[in-house]
Amino acid sequence: MMKKLVKKLLFVAGILLAAGFSLTPFLWFVLSAFKNQAQITAIPPQWLSSFSMDSFYSAVARYGIIHYLLNSAIVAGSATMVTISLGTLAGYALARLPRQWGQIILMGILACAMFPQISIAGPIWRFLRFMGWLNTYQGLVLPYVALTLPLAVWILALFFREIPEELEASALVDGCTRLGSLMRVILPLSAPGLFTAAILTFIYAWNEFFLALLIMTDPARQTMPVGIALFQGEHTIPWGEIAAASFITTAPLILMVLLFQRRIVTGLSAGAIKG
Amino acid sequence: MASLGIKRISKRFGDVVALSKVDLDINEGEFCVLLGPSGCGKSTLLQIVAGLITQDEGSVLVNNKPVDHLSPRDRDVAMVFQNYALYPHMTVAQNLGFGLRMHGIHKDMILKRITETASLLGIENLLKRKPKELSGGQRQRVAMGRALVRRPKLFLLDEPLSNLDARLRINVRLELMRLHQQIQGTILYVTHDQIEAMTLGDKVVVMREGRIHQTDTPGTIYDYPSDTFVASFIGSPAMNLFKGNLIRAKKKLIFQSMDFSLNLQDIPPNFKDNTVEVGIRPEDIEVIHKPKNAFRAVVEMISNVGSEKYIHAHLGSTMLTVRATKEETFKPGETIHLVINPRKLHIFCKGKRI
Repeated sequence: MMKKLVKKLLFVAGILLAAGFSLTPFLWFVLSAFKNQAQITAIPPQWLSSFSMDSFYSAVARYGIIHYLLNSAIVAGSATMVTISLGTLAGYALARLPRQWGQIILMGILACAMFPQISIAGPIWRFLRFMGWLNTYQGLVLPYVALTLPLAVWILALFFREIPEELEASALVDGCTRLGSLMRVILPLSAPGLFTAAILTFIYAWNEFFLALLIMTDPARQTMPVGIALFQGEHTIPWGEIAAASFITTAPLILMVLLFQRRIVTGLSAGAIKG
Repeated sequence: MASLGIKRISKRFGDVVALSKVDLDINEGEFCVLLGPSGCGKSTLLQIVAGLITQDEGSVLVNNKPVDHLSPRDRDVAMVFQNYALYPHMTVAQNLGFGLRMHGIHKDMILKRITETASLLGIENLLKRKPKELSGGQRQRVAMGRALVRRPKLFLLDEPLSNLDARLRINVRLELMRLHQQIQGTILYVTHDQIEAMTLGDKVVVMREGRIHQTDTPGTIYDYPSDTFVASFIGSPAMNLFKGNLIRAKKKLIFQSMDFSLNLQDIPPNFKDNTVEVGIRPEDIEVIHKPKNAFRAVVEMISNVGSEKYIHAHLGSTMLTVRATKEETFKPGETIHLVINPRKLHIFCKGKRI
């Protein structure tokens, strides 16, 4: 009885520790976003916040974060769409290839995903300059697609494998083309996998900083993470505005994940249980 | 409705020969059953007819026209799969209508056909449900319905009853017979169950290892099996088969095995070989009580199937199975007297019937 209770307490403590560890910084900047100037710079730092909207107002009006937000939405949205479309076709083909060949290709794709970003940044930049795509949306979408595609292909291929081939055969006999059976039968049944792949891709592209900084030197095209990083001037660091902008950046992601929570969970645990 | 022709079809998977020069003709409206043990190539043949697998050689003809170049969607066949392959994300009505929708049939027409088919199968009350809310038997009906609603040239059924429990299987089998009488469609049906094959088929095709052993009516297959494989595969319990030699005495032909000898009739005069196999079905051996002109055998086991009994007995070192009526009683170890009906003997040489 006691042992069970101790076990349970340890379990809860572990969860609280993990949650606290990752949530405290997040909570700190959320609170900071609602502080006024005096509270932000107070020494010693204080948790209290006056729920002032000044920082938000200033982030929008003075720093123009709306257009960064728009750029981010365009880039992350397009990257997600392209990645999912290509990932679906590639994943489907890999799922239907003979097991051993599919596995070799999947491993190869995974290996590509292992390259450290810094090692490919130079070639990417040169390639984009050659194409004349620096400071364009497609210039950033292209490397994002390349970097997110491996994971998307993996998730989708594993998902498609779980779908019995007889369903597809049935769709073919019922009058579908290959592509038709993919769209009408396989994709609807793979919705959790699609959502998972899409959200992971979107989060990556939405938060990515390094390539965005490198490729988008024109403020008119910069995405949110780069925009926020460039808030600070020579002598000032506008903590309040940075916190407010970060809050605005993060909120849609959190909302999205919460909304599709159940689908993502089934997506991540796919293959564990047949259903 | 259509006739189906299968001309010298061969198919290999790597080193495995799935089908080897298979020839088969099915008439319009015929119920043809492909019967064989698992791995005999019967499902492969079905999928080739559907266009899901491409054959290495040979041709599939529908109404005497080759359809090899057509994709599955253009062949106008409907298929029922072993695990039903219902679309899990669609309701029963949507499942039924899917094929029609894909063929661009008008919405009102689709609705009419769905209603007709549902009432034919007695599943009107299930139309709004999803497959996972159905029992095995209901799923099977929906799968049948999805094929029927299309009114295709050809029905292809791949072990459609094997996932049902025994009692349900018998009911659905009867229903299938009734359906076939009603719609008169051309059906190609795959099964490993000989009772299904014998009861359903107008024509039964016995296959093994990618080859057709015999194509005939169920009655002919049972009474005149073309080789020892068909003889032992069809019939339950299996036919008794004995190996032995032919001895030609004056006007008689005598079959001599290790433990007994028999007078043979009906052997063509030009038959020259000396080693043969003789088969006799359990029901063609009679247990008699007067030991005159009878074989003596010792009972080893008795299988009581209710309506009758099967005695497994030793005739010397040879095992054989004999049918007895349910009223008779036997004990293991008991000696019985058997008479073999010489007109019912099946004689095979090198595996083939003579």
